[in-house]
Amino acid sequence: MSLTLQHLPAPGERLAHSVSQKPFDPQAAETLTDAQRKVYLASQTTLMWWKFKRHRLAVISGVVILAIYFMAAIAEFLAPYNYEKRHSDFIRMPPQSVHLFHEGSFVGPFTYGTIYNLNLENLKREYTEDRTTIHKLRFFCEGDSYRFWGLIEGNRHLVCAGEGGTLFLLGTDRLGRDMLSRILIGARISLTIGLIGITISFVLGIVIGGLAGYYGGLFDLVVQRAIEIIQSLPHIPIWLALASIMPPHWSPLVVYFGITVILGLMDWTGLARSVRSKLLSLREEDYVLAAQLMGARTPRIVFRHLVPGFMSHLIASATITIPTMILGETALSFLGLGLRPPITSWGVMLNEAQNINVVALYPWLITPVIPVVLVILAFNFLGDGLRDAADPYH
Amino acid sequence: MIKYLLRRIAIMVPTLLVTSILIFTIMRLPPTDYFETYVAELQAQGERADLGRIEFLRKEYGLDQPAVTQYFRWVGGFFKGDFGYSFEYDLPVSAIVGERLGLTILLAFCTILLTWIIAFPIGIYSATHQYSWGDYGLTFVGLLGIAIPHFLLALVMMYFANVWFGLSIGGLMDPKYFNQPMSWEKAQSILAHLWIPVLIIGAGGTGSMIRKIRANLLDELQKQYVVTAKAKGLPPGRALRKYPLRMSLNFFISHIGDILPTLVSGAELTAVVLSLQTTGPLLLRALQSQDMFLAGSFLMFLALLTVIGTLISDIALAFLDPRIRLQGEATK
Repeated sequence: MSLTLQHLPAPGERLAHSVSQKPFDPQAAETLTDAQRKVYLASQTTLMWWKFKRHRLAVISGVVILAIYFMAAIAEFLAPYNYEKRHSDFIRMPPQSVHLFHEGSFVGPFTYGTIYNLNLENLKREYTEDRTTIHKLRFFCEGDSYRFWGLIEGNRHLVCAGEGGTLFLLGTDRLGRDMLSRILIGARISLTIGLIGITISFVLGIVIGGLAGYYGGLFDLVVQRAIEIIQSLPHIPIWLALASIMPPHWSPLVVYFGITVILGLMDWTGLARSVRSKLLSLREEDYVLAAQLMGARTPRIVFRHLVPGFMSHLIASATITIPTMILGETALSFLGLGLRPPITSWGVMLNEAQNINVVALYPWLITPVIPVVLVILAFNFLGDGLRDAADPYH
Repeated sequence: MIKYLLRRIAIMVPTLLVTSILIFTIMRLPPTDYFETYVAELQAQGERADLGRIEFLRKEYGLDQPAVTQYFRWVGGFFKGDFGYSFEYDLPVSAIVGERLGLTILLAFCTILLTWIIAFPIGIYSATHQYSWGDYGLTFVGLLGIAIPHFLLALVMMYFANVWFGLSIGGLMDPKYFNQPMSWEKAQSILAHLWIPVLIIGAGGTGSMIRKIRANLLDELQKQYVVTAKAKGLPPGRALRKYPLRMSLNFFISHIGDILPTLVSGAELTAVVLSLQTTGPLLLRALQSQDMFLAGSFLMFLALLTVIGTLISDIALAFLDPRIRLQGEATK
């Protein structure tokens, strides 16, 4: 419709009358192009997925986390040794390296033999590579027997040392157990503790926070104070106090569940708070009034209509609290009050690395910290991405 | 305002009351008490315990009485300035905490200062340059501080501090100065040792502080008044400093509530590893040995500080933000 200056009629004259000859489509303004249709009609889940994909680190972290959980699930197969097997000839052996070339010629992955020597001056065990013997690695081999998930007998491993050789990629501990195998098995405990703990705190947080937010009044007041009280107690001392209640004769597995419950019980307050504040704003919405008028009961309104409205937020904030639990387990086990051997977790392994001699003499004993850091970073990035995605209309 | 204040203070009383009951219950939960463990330990070492004396101590501290009586004795003591008696150290609780409290506050103060100095500029940069490489990099470094367990960082740093700088391992000062009156040498020794724990404890705090500043500032930056300010031609620096930054600092004020208790409890685990002469290890040790009055009174003290801290931050928020004051609702 824009007319350039040259086409303007002289002052006082009438404008040229113009009518489009095209057929008139009354819906023209409402018709969407394909690209628009894709965006406008996308479901909330799709929008979240798009937004999530933009946070590249979060996507990578998600993949890493899935991979780590998968590795933990098939840990027995991936581990080169049975994690409990003691190699008494190779105590506190430093990590071995895998070579490809022997004296300039290609052999394929192999390890050299090891010469063990006890230094009689400082009683230190010294291991040197024996450059004359070669042990080619075997893949999909039969090695130490294990019970897969404690149920199925098996002895198949992804990789084993060559006949007569050893494969300690991360060294061995004070009993001669393979560190890598222990880290892989330990992942199972360390990673599930966060999940179970978060489930407990999630349920508590939603139920308590949900009811407090919806009912308000006295109940809300009491819950608010309770949350304040629990948050006012320092975490580690309370974990300690609760952990010391567990009788020493409990089996390690029961202790494991006890610890998760303790971690969960102290952690629900943050979630409950955010559920409550969300509900306080949502319960004024019209659709809640509509549900009330139709005779829906409170639990139905809260859990069917309100909670799904901010579930994504909850999941995001839960993801961010999983690392706290993993670190909590590490800290408790480090103090010797969490899990105990024979259960193997990263915290239990780090417990053996607690004095400065270890850092000075056997630094490979602190390698379990690498998966800890990796998992916590990944969960944090994933949580960040989820939180950004939880509000796709922003 | 006064009405709001009064109500806020009135709420504190039941909170503290319930907290004290909770702490007392937790302290009493273990099936054995300090003396039973003590006797068992002595017997394990092949020594005979003086049962008469233990019986006397039990009576003296009312451990033979029902739990309710014990509770009221314990709480009643607070009003008389009596925080109970530590069995393990054979001293009143207030005497043990003594110098450790001062050191803990010094340590925590330095840590918080360091955290703020580092976290502020980084958090603001991250928020204003969202999803840039700088943002990713700095967030990553901050997260690394959260992700590495403090106690391990402490171990490794301690080792390298010893190898590279020849510092004596652990502690907040040379052991010979502890419990000595303050002198110039002692102050120097403290300063030389202070930076390691400050760095280690600060690492985690800085990381989470960066994230909080970033998240809060991002929320504000998306609001329309920022767009308006920019559209009206306010220079970017002023448009950031004048409004959104101030608004995002609300969280900072509510954070004061958390600072008070950390000032005295410190980072317990790091303190254990570095054998710092702070209150953290004392508390952990007391919990492990079931030295119930020492642990209980200390926890109670921490709870009191949190409640006071929350009160201070609520008052500050109400003072700054009329919406909170008028609503009469304390939000955090």
